[in-house]
Amino acid sequence: MKTYIDTGKKDTRSGFGAGLTELGKTNENVVALCADLTGSLKMDAFKANHPERFFQVGIAEANMMGMAAGLTIGGKIPFTGTFANFSTGRVYDQIRQSIAYSGKNVKICASHAGVTLGEDGATHQILEDLGLMKMLPGMTVINTCDYNQTKAATIAIADYDGPVYLRFGRPKVANFTPENGSFTIGKAVELQEGTDVTIIATGHLVWEALEACKTLQEKGISAGVINIHTIKPLDAAAILKSVAITGCVVTAEEHNYLGGLGESVSRILAENHPVPQEFVATQDTFGESGTPDQLMEKYGLNAAAIVKAATKVVARK
Amino acid sequence: MADITQLEAFVTQVRRDIVRQVHKVNSGHPGGSLGCAEFLVALYQHVLQRKEGFNMDGNQEDIFFLSNGHISPVFYSVLARSGYFPVEELNTFRLLNSRLQGHPTTHEGLPGIRIASGSLGQGISVAIGAAAAKKLNNDNHIVYALCGDGELQEGQNWEAIMYGSGNKVDNLIVAVDLNGQQIDGSTDTVLPLGDVKGKFEAFGWDVVTIEQGNDIQAILEGMESAKTKTGQGKPICVLLQTVMGNGVDFMMHTHAWHGKAPNDEQLASALAQNPETLGDY
Ligand SMILES: Cc1ncc(C[n+]2csc(CCOP(=O)(O)OP(=O)(O)O)c2C)c(N)n1
Ligand SMILES: [Mg+2]
Repeated sequence: MKTYIDTGKKDTRSGFGAGLTELGKTNENVVALCADLTGSLKMDAFKANHPERFFQVGIAEANMMGMAAGLTIGGKIPFTGTFANFSTGRVYDQIRQSIAYSGKNVKICASHAGVTLGEDGATHQILEDLGLMKMLPGMTVINTCDYNQTKAATIAIADYDGPVYLRFGRPKVANFTPENGSFTIGKAVELQEGTDVTIIATGHLVWEALEACKTLQEKGISAGVINIHTIKPLDAAAILKSVAITGCVVTAEEHNYLGGLGESVSRILAENHPVPQEFVATQDTFGESGTPDQLMEKYGLNAAAIVKAATKVVARK
Repeated sequence: MADITQLEAFVTQVRRDIVRQVHKVNSGHPGGSLGCAEFLVALYQHVLQRKEGFNMDGNQEDIFFLSNGHISPVFYSVLARSGYFPVEELNTFRLLNSRLQGHPTTHEGLPGIRIASGSLGQGISVAIGAAAAKKLNNDNHIVYALCGDGELQEGQNWEAIMYGSGNKVDNLIVAVDLNGQQIDGSTDTVLPLGDVKGKFEAFGWDVVTIEQGNDIQAILEGMESAKTKTGQGKPICVLLQTVMGNGVDFMMHTHAWHGKAPNDEQLASALAQNPETLGDY
């Protein structure tokens, strides 16, 4: 089993901010838009360095999406920043028509996704955004797991031509992927090889999956862990390669089990290699106020929940 | 006649409730809450014709919608102290399994709440719907709503505002908390609202301005004037000029306390400025 070291907890949104700051220096076509959440999205440095390339649109997300689409006409690469709820559900048709259907090179950067947003509660905790975004034809959907990976992804998506949804979060979480590591859209990262069960995780659940892997080993279960940072397009080859050995799957995500990563994995399995699967995800429910840890516990989104699901799925083989 | 001194004492207690709630969980929105304390106290303690208890449909009574849901601390305090739920429940603000969610919601069944809010810009539309229902029910009571000034940047408001006048929704009074502040700074630096009064008038609304939006007497007079304008073919907008953070000196006149909790020392100072009047929860 490989060892991963948490080099110090950091928030993934700060990884986005760092990536955007770097892009500001290296790519003069990158522009940024924000809807009255500059501090929360960590866009202050970009704004300070390039005031002429920063667009404060006010509390008006629909206008922001339309403006972003327009900015691409003329060769700009717009990065929009607001909370995940206001980046998706709030503006779905603007994204659908002006960005996705029109094939515009907009990077929709969404912070505070999922229940780990914490105390603000369900109005702000979207658990449906991955589903909404992955259903849009041509949309690339990314959910990064830590600060370093979020920074790398932010930089990488500027070089990709097409609409991207980049999802990250609010709390400080383990930072364990390589600093300045490479990021390839659509390429899963196998973090642990295993023979009994494949854990396929995204976002904040990746670190939890690594923790679960250790516990499972103590129980005599050898778990593989795949970090799926790109939910669409999904790396079917990586999933099938591991499943060919393990014969069962646990998917783990901070999202509703309807419409999330789990269902995308199910489809690949159904088409190619049907095996038992358990879903660590929210069970068609809204979130609520609480601390991130309390909510991860209550909604079954942590290492303990993954261990339980893995034990169950192994028994189902 | 309202007893001004009594309402002012009520406000002082509400301010304590606001800062205590936010301090305990180190999250929430004191700035806008404090700025709207006088308004909500005047509304629930004097202006609204309310029935005892809580009924979702609110038939044959005035009803109120909070569109800027982030100022939940003041809403919860005023609702609790107006008898909708036990004051002790303010202790559970933003805690796991609480009915007092970060933003008001019907999901947990908290009495006094008729719609979830928090995602900005949706309350005026809901209020118009409820006002239309009242008309269908031959219910002559008034629907009230409150929204933020930054919140007016959301386009949906203007869809609703256009509908309201175009369809003579004249049993509706929408107050705007004109504190000139939002998250990233002043409304002027983020996205200037321009002439708000002129905009509402151009959209066909009657406008009442309350220049002293933190003065109980001024609020009561302004709301009385707004009330007399109902039933005349136009919706009514009340421009409530408030000070964000009002009543806690270090929180006043800045966006800095929009969504930040005081530390222990700051709490002590805030409480010292606002002595207990109705008994802390
Ligand atoms: C649709 C939507 N976009 C963004 C936010 C985040 N947000 C919460 S409060 C706020 C500022 C609101 O400004 P204002 O209405 O003036 O309220 P005040 O700060 O004066 O209390 C923002 C941007 C939100 N809650 N909903
Ligand atoms: Mg304001």
